[in-house]
Amino acid sequence: MRCDIVLAGVGGQGLLSIAMIIGRTALGQGLHVKQSEVHGMAQRGGAVHSHLRLSDRAIASDLIQPGSADLLLAMEMMEALRHLPMLANHGTVLSNTATIRNIPDYPEEEALRHALLTHAEVTWVDAECLAREAGSPRAANIVLLGALSRLLPLEKDAFKEAIQTMFSRKGGKVVHQNLDAFARGRAVAT
Amino acid sequence: MSTRLYLGDEALAQGAIDAGLSGAYAYPGTPSTEITEHVQRHVAETSQRIHCRWSANEKTALEEAIGMSLAGRRAMASMKHVGLNVAADPFMNAALIGTRGGLLINVADDPSMHSSQNEQDSRLYADMALIPCIEPADQQQAYEAPGVAFELSEQFELPVMIRLTTRLAHSRADVKVGAEEPSPQNPFSLPDDRQRFILLPERARRRYQWLLSQQPALETASEESPFSHLVLEGDPSLGIISCGLASNYVREALGDAVGHPWLQIGQYPLPARLIHTLFSTCQRIIVLEEGYPFVESRLRGLPLRSTPKLLGRLSGHLPRTGELAPEEVTNVLRSPDAPPSPRQASPSSIVRSRPPVLCQGCPHIDSYRALNQAMAPHRERGRVFADIGCYTLGAMPPLESIDTCLCMGASITMAKGAADAGAFPAVAVIGDSTFAHSGLTGLLDCTAEHTPITALLLDNDTVAMTGGQDSQATGRFVGLCESLGVDREHIVRITPRADLHEENVVKIARELAYEGPSVVLAQRACIQTLRRSKATEKSSASPDRRRSEGGQP
Repeated sequence: MRCDIVLAGVGGQGLLSIAMIIGRTALGQGLHVKQSEVHGMAQRGGAVHSHLRLSDRAIASDLIQPGSADLLLAMEMMEALRHLPMLANHGTVLSNTATIRNIPDYPEEEALRHALLTHAEVTWVDAECLAREAGSPRAANIVLLGALSRLLPLEKDAFKEAIQTMFSRKGGKVVHQNLDAFARGRAVAT
Repeated sequence: MSTRLYLGDEALAQGAIDAGLSGAYAYPGTPSTEITEHVQRHVAETSQRIHCRWSANEKTALEEAIGMSLAGRRAMASMKHVGLNVAADPFMNAALIGTRGGLLINVADDPSMHSSQNEQDSRLYADMALIPCIEPADQQQAYEAPGVAFELSEQFELPVMIRLTTRLAHSRADVKVGAEEPSPQNPFSLPDDRQRFILLPERARRRYQWLLSQQPALETASEESPFSHLVLEGDPSLGIISCGLASNYVREALGDAVGHPWLQIGQYPLPARLIHTLFSTCQRIIVLEEGYPFVESRLRGLPLRSTPKLLGRLSGHLPRTGELAPEEVTNVLRSPDAPPSPRQASPSSIVRSRPPVLCQGCPHIDSYRALNQAMAPHRERGRVFADIGCYTLGAMPPLESIDTCLCMGASITMAKGAADAGAFPAVAVIGDSTFAHSGLTGLLDCTAEHTPITALLLDNDTVAMTGGQDSQATGRFVGLCESLGVDREHIVRITPRADLHEENVVKIARELAYEGPSVVLAQRACIQTLRRSKATEKSSASPDRRRSEGGQP
């Protein structure tokens, strides 16, 4: 079993947090993990991505080769399009419907949607809306994690434990909101 | 034995702790920062006695580590590649002076310049200093390297470099961790020979001969290193040499049975005998290395009986610049004669690049807006010399406030040189921690000559770019500037806030007009650090953190 995932987004969206949760969950289930991250200058509101590889056998490369990712999770629409060449033919795209327009020449939303759908089947997630429904607009990343979780070779309950561990410092209410956000995301990708 | 999920940086740090580390010295810099942060976390959780506070810069960090080694204990200094330039003086001489307690110099290179001004390759530094360098291939080896390196260092009485690159430093993997309890630390002991650590020319000449005489034994150590392997099986029409993490890409491309003679290099100086053996069996050899074509260029200069054709970055079979990509390795191994395919193009013409930007609400934005307005009448003869930190992003539209970014501390000194040549106003923009790192001496030059420069000192109370570390000068800037000779009347504080804009413009403009060295101290906390420290306070009793600014990006 091997599962190669590309996570893409914009610095500040909480991409590394969900990569970390998946990594810890996989480790807890005895899988091998490689998870490449972007730190430093690149994190300041710029495009960020993480390559995440899970396998029951040793993994050689920290990076996924273009055209071979099983899953692409995009937290932002243009970032989905940027990383589309990473996807294998059989690959699946999960994309947030959000756009982050922090550059002057951001493309038209319709053009983005069209370009994406020309090349891949996309499951859309309105993560911001679902996060608000869960009571925490900041939990959009956990909504997306929920949506992705159904496609991963990992147990649902293990994610819940990882979420509890990650947010326990912030109190019971935040833990509850994030568990709710996770459940709402998970209900999207059926 | 347990399994943990570690960054390459964290694996290295844990390996050093488990091997009996007594002192971790460092200045933050991507991609090396997490080495020291891991030691700090470990110490906070276990109360183990390991020195792990940040140093003022990489030079002070390395010298402190050398001092600890002199006193018998195991120490390490960690830095990013350009930080080694700052520490180059003690680095080169540490090889001559030698060590007592094991001494590691951990350097994280940043090929592709994800967060750096250049992509220099630290293996060349190790080669120039004639010291061993270990280059782990993966996180497991990053964990094992410090133990091996400490032994090597104490055996040869030489510092040992451990070289990481971004892709290993910042990638997590499952790592099998050995002991539950770390090895005991070396006891404190001072050298009996009081001449031993004095590099007067007479003694330095002898030490240099000694250092040269060690090289054959160091080569043998490389050949016998647990991080180097030669396998001679398979099709000899193509042999493979891979260094560090390039070995992973070979395995990714060809599987565990690669089917070609294969030399994995994980320790330098180059394992010459292994290379000769490979060369005598292969017609062509491909060299895969992260960074400069260091090994490839060395091999081209080797006096060899048989000279197989070499393929690599110099021959054009792989790109000359940037970090290796697994697909490039796959392509060149599968069809060595095909021209290298161009790097991944944009998937769709409508995708735009999204460079990093200053955060919304960042105090630097208000500082720059005020500076821009104050500088507006001076575009003809004035320039703004900036430095290393988040505020380098002030180069981007819409601010476009700065004209230079060279290296840590160069804002003040370049401003001085330009002022000497006639530029006025010559403005230096420098963060608080960068000022502590390398700005103090430059300001001393300015006050010594009463040079008309204005330093805009951006004090956001933290090393922001690398994630909010402490620095050594927090809360002491007025006193520091005054003691360096800046007239107290020309050390002016502003609070960079939108509602104080007009007032700030006036204050900056007044100092720009002053024909001597002046400092405008712009003080407001980084919003990221503020948010993090609030979260920490909420959750637990936070440790007493003295914060400052700057950081190698």
